Amino acid sequence: MGLLSDPVRRRALARLVLRLNAPLCVLSYGAGIAWFLALAFPPLTQRTYMSENAMGSTMVEEQFAGGDRARNFARDFAAHRRKSGALPVAWLERAMQSVGLEVYTQTFSRKLPFPDETHERYMVSGTNVYGILRAPRAASTESLVLTVPCGSDSTNSQAVGLLLALAAHFRGQIYWAKDIIFLVTEHDLLGTEAWLEAYHDVNVTGMQSAPLRGRAGAIQAAVALELSSDVVTSLDVAVEGLNGQLPNLDLLNLFQTFCQKGGLLCTLQGKLQPQDWASLDGPLQGLQTLLLMVLRQASGCPHGPHGLFLRYRVEALTLRGINSFRQYKYDLVAVGKALEGMFRKLNHLLERLHQSFFLYLLTALSHFVSIGLYMPAAGFLLLVLGLKALELWMQLHEAGVGPEEAGGTPGHVPPLPPAQGVGLASLVAPLLISQAVGLALYILPVLSQHVAAQHFPVAEAEAVVLTLLAIYAAGLALPHNTHRVVNTQAPDRGWMALKLVALIYLALQLGCVALINFSLGFLLAATMVPAAALAEPRGPRPVYAVLLVLTSPAATLLGSLFLWRELQEAPLSLSEGWQLFLAALSQGVLDHYAYGALLFPMVALGFYPCWLLFWNVLFWK
Amino acid sequence: MAATYCLDRVMAALAGLVLLSFGSLAISKIEDQAEQLFRSGHTNNWAVLVCTSRFWFNYRHVANTLSVYRSVKRLGIPDSHIVLMLADDMACNPRNPKPATVFSHKNMELNVYGDDVEVDYRSYEVTVENFLRVLTGRIPSSTPRSKRLLSDDRSNILIYMTGHGGNGFLKFQDSEEITNIELADAFEQMWQKRRYNELLFIIDTCQGASMYERFYSPNIMALASSQVGEDSLSHQPDPAIGVHLMDRYTFYVLEFLEEINPASQNNMNDLFQVCPKSLCVSTPGHRTDLFQRDPKNVLITDFFGSVRKVEITTETISLQLDSEIMEDRY
Repeated sequence: MGLLSDPVRRRALARLVLRLNAPLCVLSYGAGIAWFLALAFPPLTQRTYMSENAMGSTMVEEQFAGGDRARNFARDFAAHRRKSGALPVAWLERAMQSVGLEVYTQTFSRKLPFPDETHERYMVSGTNVYGILRAPRAASTESLVLTVPCGSDSTNSQAVGLLLALAAHFRGQIYWAKDIIFLVTEHDLLGTEAWLEAYHDVNVTGMQSAPLRGRAGAIQAAVALELSSDVVTSLDVAVEGLNGQLPNLDLLNLFQTFCQKGGLLCTLQGKLQPQDWASLDGPLQGLQTLLLMVLRQASGCPHGPHGLFLRYRVEALTLRGINSFRQYKYDLVAVGKALEGMFRKLNHLLERLHQSFFLYLLTALSHFVSIGLYMPAAGFLLLVLGLKALELWMQLHEAGVGPEEAGGTPGHVPPLPPAQGVGLASLVAPLLISQAVGLALYILPVLSQHVAAQHFPVAEAEAVVLTLLAIYAAGLALPHNTHRVVNTQAPDRGWMALKLVALIYLALQLGCVALINFSLGFLLAATMVPAAALAEPRGPRPVYAVLLVLTSPAATLLGSLFLWRELQEAPLSLSEGWQLFLAALSQGVLDHYAYGALLFPMVALGFYPCWLLFWNVLFWK
Repeated sequence: MAATYCLDRVMAALAGLVLLSFGSLAISKIEDQAEQLFRSGHTNNWAVLVCTSRFWFNYRHVANTLSVYRSVKRLGIPDSHIVLMLADDMACNPRNPKPATVFSHKNMELNVYGDDVEVDYRSYEVTVENFLRVLTGRIPSSTPRSKRLLSDDRSNILIYMTGHGGNGFLKFQDSEEITNIELADAFEQMWQKRRYNELLFIIDTCQGASMYERFYSPNIMALASSQVGEDSLSHQPDPAIGVHLMDRYTFYVLEFLEEINPASQNNMNDLFQVCPKSLCVSTPGHRTDLFQRDPKNVLITDFFGSVRKVEITTETISLQLDSEIMEDRY
């Protein structure tokens, strides 16, 4: 008879699995964490290389010399902006026309669900201005975008000046095969989202954006620029986008090769490139960069305008000029030359960037980890859940087989079918209640902000965050109440069945999330898996309770904020951390409504109910 | 009496012998002269120049082909005897900063596109099928004359191919390939139909030597820019245009050909020495086992030029009026 259909051998197998389960789980979890940490070390992290043949090497002659012109434009822009208080649309239109572009404007407006404290806006309306440089000898089938986001807090006037000077220089060249769009957006990312939605004729975020009057073909690539001063000491590049999407690695390779060619200092996550990968220093620095990237990608915020372009599969990067206290500074001409080189090489493209990786992790600007090498880390962590689920399944069935073997008590009906019947009924109630709490967590804060603001002396944004926290904490009190509703007749196996379902539910969710956004999946797995595996009503309940609370999604968010600032060498004190946590919560909810970020719904409707199920299991009576 | 008869006989024989020897000397001198006139055995030259790549980043393949075209025209082969197959999307490509030009030297020294380029098969017409039809002559009757290879059994043909290749194949325009076996069979068809006297095959691609491995027809000499397993490298990176302008092997062949004029006596051994490994990085190869003449007797102009032999006669022939014939005519 086969291994699984022979009852004797099956029992032996079951006993083996049950005996070895705990060591295997610990081993698997350790392997997952160790694999992740080893990603920063050389055999798993490789040097980047240019995959697209059409882009070739950096063999172009950059001739941009418009540094003075850029500074003049920037000065004028800053002056007009100070005078008008908003984006000086008329001045921008005149300036772009004088440079020789086809100029169009677009208005947009949006009422945010609640006031945004960080940017101090609630009812947002603005105008985007963009100019199109038509390719002289080609049909307007494809285009490239250079965008500068202008918000109220960061005027970004130097970048606008550089954009106009570059436009003037590009207009004098005849080798463009794609149209180039020079886009200046108001209100930062809200303007970019409005423009993109109108350009692609969709409406995913409820933004009211006027239709565009001028269009230039399918966008092949985009570069966003943010400069705070007219000299920079380094250029920082941001790749993580909305919901953890990443641009094609070739675009980053292109930027990195031009940094090397121009001798510019380029950083990733604010960190310099480690030189020495053979010893321990390089990989350790790479590990820091890797952790920073994982944290940023897991948050799912668009970390710049490029993050919003990625939704439409337009490869995009954001370049930020940093002006620190280094001695050697680069002026606008150096930055302009790098951009000119990049655009000239992107001009050579015949197809969209598709040769290089779309899913990767970066340990440095010149080193990456491909998806085939980082996925096993998540796999090992999910294996723990699988093993635990298998153990519970075996225990459930062995408990069903056991009494028959022992020559069960007379009159004792074989317990399996009715136990299952009772089990199912007792499962449905916790599941439904947890999901309902999750739904309440998703809907109530924004819906009831006005009610809360009336009854308590808080602003709307604070009301939202506090409601969020209140519902979250209220979930902790649930187990004491659900048991009044539900009859438990087979107490021992009831919690096993619930935990089995919860483990499978968690494994499914984590698996799906890890495929789409590996960083989020791995981060949540690394924290939730041990607590989920250990949660049992028998054993030291307070210890397990503390562990479960410490690894709940909100606590993970708090912890990762502290870790993030620690890695950036700007550690937080507890009160600062708490303020940042509250701000992050409100920003998360806003990002969901403004850009369609999925972190808030995933946690509220998916991970939080799942976590509540484990909490129920822990407090099973 | 008998002795004098014998002596007469001997004298006659001796005189005859001397006359014969003088006659044979004279005849052999004429034969030598005649042999010199038709030394190579060919009376006309053709060239088939093929560039199998398209797209802007393959600029150098078009420049390669046009450089050979230019040399071949300069040495005397007219456009009517050249079949030029190019994708021809370089000169008017929107990415070209110097429209209507194709340069083969950086700093834009030499524009090989010029005013008088006649491309016979352009753009999507450069396919394996069209190439094989040109070679074998199996062409639909509606094909214009400029697209035909109208060679005969006294034609010397130069075939030059460049593009991206591999071990045993050559890629045509990113969508199909021609294998070395197909090429060898096409040449055999040409031989059977007496479409060539001698053939010179030059190929500048990666692993080019694999393309001539399978030839089996007589009177073929082949040169390649690299051996199997080696890549042919590009040359002349030009930052103003943004691409590589030439391949190494053809660049040095072009330099060599610039020294040749229609009266040059350089032979094939000189061509075999062009681009040693130190300059080319790859190892150029050649194949002469199918060729009947010794390469050192083969002039470069036998294939690259169209040299007409001119023989100036010093003897005069006098014509006499024959009145009878004259009357008959009237």
